[in-house]
Amino acid sequence: MADAGTENGFPAIAALGVDGLLVRFGAELTEDANRAALAFCAEVAGAGLEAVVEAAPSLPSVYLRLDLAAGDPDSLRSTLREILDGRDWYAAPLPGGRRLWRVPAVFGTDLAPQLDEAAAAAGLTPEQAIESLCEAPLRVQTIGFAPGQPYLGALREHWNIPRKTGLTPRVPEGALAVAIRQMVLFSVSTPTGWRHVGQTALRLFRPEEKDPFLLRPGDEVQFRPVPRDEFEAIRARDPMGGAVAEGLH
Amino acid sequence: MAGVEILRAGPGVTLQDFGRPGWLAQGLSRGGAMDRLALHEGAALLGQEAGLAALEIAGSFLTLTARADLRIALTGAPMRADADGSALTWNASHLLPKGARLDLSGSPGGYSYLHVGGGIGAPETLGARSAHLVAGLGQMVEDGAVFEVGPDTGGRTGQVLNPLARFDGGVLRIVETPQTALYPAETRARFTETVFRKDARGNRMGQRLVPDGDGFELPSGLTILSDTIIPGDIQITGDGAPFVLAAECQTTGGYPRIGTVLPCDLPRLVQAPHDAVLRFEWVSLKDAVELERREAARRAALPRELRPLLRDPNDMSDLLAYQLISGVSCGDELEEA
Repeated sequence: MADAGTENGFPAIAALGVDGLLVRFGAELTEDANRAALAFCAEVAGAGLEAVVEAAPSLPSVYLRLDLAAGDPDSLRSTLREILDGRDWYAAPLPGGRRLWRVPAVFGTDLAPQLDEAAAAAGLTPEQAIESLCEAPLRVQTIGFAPGQPYLGALREHWNIPRKTGLTPRVPEGALAVAIRQMVLFSVSTPTGWRHVGQTALRLFRPEEKDPFLLRPGDEVQFRPVPRDEFEAIRARDPMGGAVAEGLH
Repeated sequence: MAGVEILRAGPGVTLQDFGRPGWLAQGLSRGGAMDRLALHEGAALLGQEAGLAALEIAGSFLTLTARADLRIALTGAPMRADADGSALTWNASHLLPKGARLDLSGSPGGYSYLHVGGGIGAPETLGARSAHLVAGLGQMVEDGAVFEVGPDTGGRTGQVLNPLARFDGGVLRIVETPQTALYPAETRARFTETVFRKDARGNRMGQRLVPDGDGFELPSGLTILSDTIIPGDIQITGDGAPFVLAAECQTTGGYPRIGTVLPCDLPRLVQAPHDAVLRFEWVSLKDAVELERREAARRAALPRELRPLLRDPNDMSDLLAYQLISGVSCGDELEEA
């Protein structure tokens, strides 16, 4: 698989800002590229490179911020190239300690008003859309945008729908929104161009806790559609929003 | 206990330091002061480390009383500062005696900072005292709030410095992003020929700019895979107007980014008044690195740029009893005079 990647010009290193580099393992999100990004990020973060002050994976790429007083983008680029050449990152295993989370969610209703619109964009009825979104566990491909917030995927090809041109002014914490074969589970209330199809009662960022971030890259999440009254009962009694986790091996 | 009591705080007053680096992988952006240079200037004026927390006033107002003798410094967007009837010079350090009332008003827009010797005290969350409102960390400063003040190492007050000019808009230097090449060469050239005005829609997440002419939409832009995004990135959303990301921005974004503003030019963006004219100018990455290093060296040398506010402040027993300079001052009048 490494050959398939390098043939297309990946992994590629690009500048991101004046003091950052972006190592990309693909132009599109594939399983291999995502695993490569997670593994490479862990490797660089653990390598103790003096100039690197931050390393963060996103979907098929890794961002590295450097201290310009301690290093130079060009020399960091060569160092990264050596690390990249050191092994087949596309064959890297997923991170250890992964968990499967089962999370109840309401789809549609006034709690998630863009289900019908999203289903239509995917060429599905609302019922088919719910079934398709809940049929299998989705991988936490990266945490980003807001604290503890996962990008989940990959959904089936018919969910390769664009974002909306305009922004929805506000979706609540726990909202589930869909675009380009992914779902985002929002950890804060925010504007978004993704379509709001479901609502959970999950709190993903809990700054008061010792480990404030509930999900980790590599975890899996499967949604269970529940009627609105059951959802309200869960929300009222369970700070975990009805989510249960089991270890994955 | 040493501290300050907030009598009246306008909207958008928050506690800020350099924020929380290191949580990007968890989706938490660094945050921190919108005008990071102002934190360095405040630290130089008080002769202390730059990472201490200060009060950031976002185009608003603030009145407080000192609960002990305090050393203070005022930086960022120049406001009218009044301590018990005496006008205080902006971009300067002062003694604020116990019980004195400080009024900061008449903001020109942008971000103003009140620094205290020892720094404003508050519990740290995830390694910093900064409010990060988008992430739900900290909160706006409210009337009646009382803040402790850290131990002040002491030192001189009555110092002034000339701030880097950044309060009237101007040119923002930019480097290419991984998506710049998606834009036709004509569009990239037009981007630097276009005059932009600072929109009223701006906050700690970012600043919208209104082009004088056509927008910069990218038709393929709505299906770009989300990737890491950083402060300074110029995101083009659906309406074609650029939105420059700021301290409290999200950590990933899927809208195309035409360029990235140099960190050393971000203070010029955030401090431009509403409707100020801004333009962009491409620079190579190599030049940008050099410009950043030069600015870092200049920041480090700020303490050497201090001048006494009066000819011999040590001879003045009570600086506050003197009308030092009337009204708002950028601190450069003394040189011009």
